Amino acid sequence: MAGTALRGRLTWQVATVAALTRETTSVCTIGLEPPDWPGHRAGQHLDVRLTAEDGYRAERSYSIASAPGERLAITVERLDDGEVSPYLTEELQVGDELELRGPIGGYFVWEPNDGSPLMLLAGGSGVVPLRCILRDRLRTGSDVPARLLYSARTLPDVIYRDELGQHHDGVEVGYTLTRGQPPGWTGHTGRINADLLADAAWPAAANPVAYVCGPTSFVETAAAGLVGLGYPPGRVKTERFGATGGT
Amino acid sequence: MEPLDGNSIGGLLIDVFGAEMTGVSGTCGYCGDTGPVAGLVVYRQAPGTVARCRVCGNIVMVFVKVRAMTCVDLMGMARLDKPGAA
Amino acid sequence: MSSPVSRGFRGLRRAPAGQEGRLPPGQYLTDGFPVLSAGPTPHIPLADWTFSITQGGETKKSWTWREFRAVPDEEVTRDIHCVTKWTKLDTVWRGVSVDTLLGQVEHDAPYVLAFCDGGYTTNLPIEDVTGGKAWVAFDYDGQPLEPEHGGPARLLVPHLYFWKSAKWVRGLDLRDRDEPGFWETYGYHMYGDPWREQRYAGD
Repeated sequence: MAGTALRGRLTWQVATVAALTRETTSVCTIGLEPPDWPGHRAGQHLDVRLTAEDGYRAERSYSIASAPGERLAITVERLDDGEVSPYLTEELQVGDELELRGPIGGYFVWEPNDGSPLMLLAGGSGVVPLRCILRDRLRTGSDVPARLLYSARTLPDVIYRDELGQHHDGVEVGYTLTRGQPPGWTGHTGRINADLLADAAWPAAANPVAYVCGPTSFVETAAAGLVGLGYPPGRVKTERFGATGGT
Repeated sequence: MEPLDGNSIGGLLIDVFGAEMTGVSGTCGYCGDTGPVAGLVVYRQAPGTVARCRVCGNIVMVFVKVRAMTCVDLMGMARLDKPGAA
Repeated sequence: MSSPVSRGFRGLRRAPAGQEGRLPPGQYLTDGFPVLSAGPTPHIPLADWTFSITQGGETKKSWTWREFRAVPDEEVTRDIHCVTKWTKLDTVWRGVSVDTLLGQVEHDAPYVLAFCDGGYTTNLPIEDVTGGKAWVAFDYDGQPLEPEHGGPARLLVPHLYFWKSAKWVRGLDLRDRDEPGFWETYGYHMYGDPWREQRYAGD
């Protein structure tokens, strides 16, 4: 595990916001320049801490969107009743400071030298760490076959649409739109279920490793669906954002 | 408010244990289910953080931050591997 | 180590303008009503619900839901203060005064331990749940109390930090000694007066 030596303590550091990219009407990617980033592994997250003038503090976790080696970035979805996400997606400006610590996570991580076929299931903003995995796969020249099944409400809600659409070289990207589809839509519709997975997932016999990320209810259904197809539970890694994601 | 899982307390676990713990294997003291800490059902809203067994729902870990100290209760765990054992 | 101020960040708090006197020390004002839980929301059919006064393993008095709702209730408007630092002003509840319930049993215990579906407990001195200071509340803001907020009924003790207002309450156990409940066992204050900022043991 070279490069991931843990110093035993996570320390907060103050990063500068270097870039802001609007991905969808409610989703924004924040490019960050921390002074002392130790590097990370695909799938990990970082903690962000905000401090108001009167000392009030709020802390949230966000999956890292950038691949190891790229400029650090997180992708944040604005939640209507959120306390932190509206600030990060609407108020934050390039040049502002953002306190963060990380990387965090030792379970929901992908190693480029893992030769297993990759099965990625994304629910909404759960696509963020999975996009990181795909970017890491690309950067390291891994040729493991990879499939991403991405569940989103509507096509405009799909994050990284252009980037995901560009994938080739052994990556198949499929979508299921749960609330509305554009005219002529040929992809899947409706929430993920056993039938959809039987159609879209790698067969268990291929010994794939699966990463499932999204709201809790999505993860429960999707992970159970893979286990139902014969995936050993230990080969289905899950990360639940909860209904409020990072808020 | 849906609960999260053990991934969401990754930072807290590093603070407490000084190492990555989400991939570490734990065994529920009530039902014997064994799995990664990442799989626990986590309720994060203060007054404290409670982690429950996904299978039987009993509390396996409690973390309460009192001033600068974190009180840790692992009595619901029958077994918790050492960090780095993953 | 001091953190930099996050320019323009206010969170969900609103300015107390003119209401500073109603905020205990260290509290912030909110318009929302955060849901804080340590476990899944219990769902108990009302036909199975009871509220009991117990002591020494014995039930002194018990009410079914129908019996409980037949007891006189009252509407109360109070400020509530959560130990996680948010305060909500003028919350409106309807419930049965604990005085009414305790008044139906003979007791001289100095303390109670509230017990709830899901296993949660919290301890209180008897004088803090009597004298018009506590209710078993079943309506919030004119509507039946939602399960995630403690419905069908929760304890309401607004003069103490809100962790003492136990959700999904099922009874009070009369005790001779003040024994710590769930959060108190982990270091939260045994009493919990927000005006003396008694958040943790030793405060």
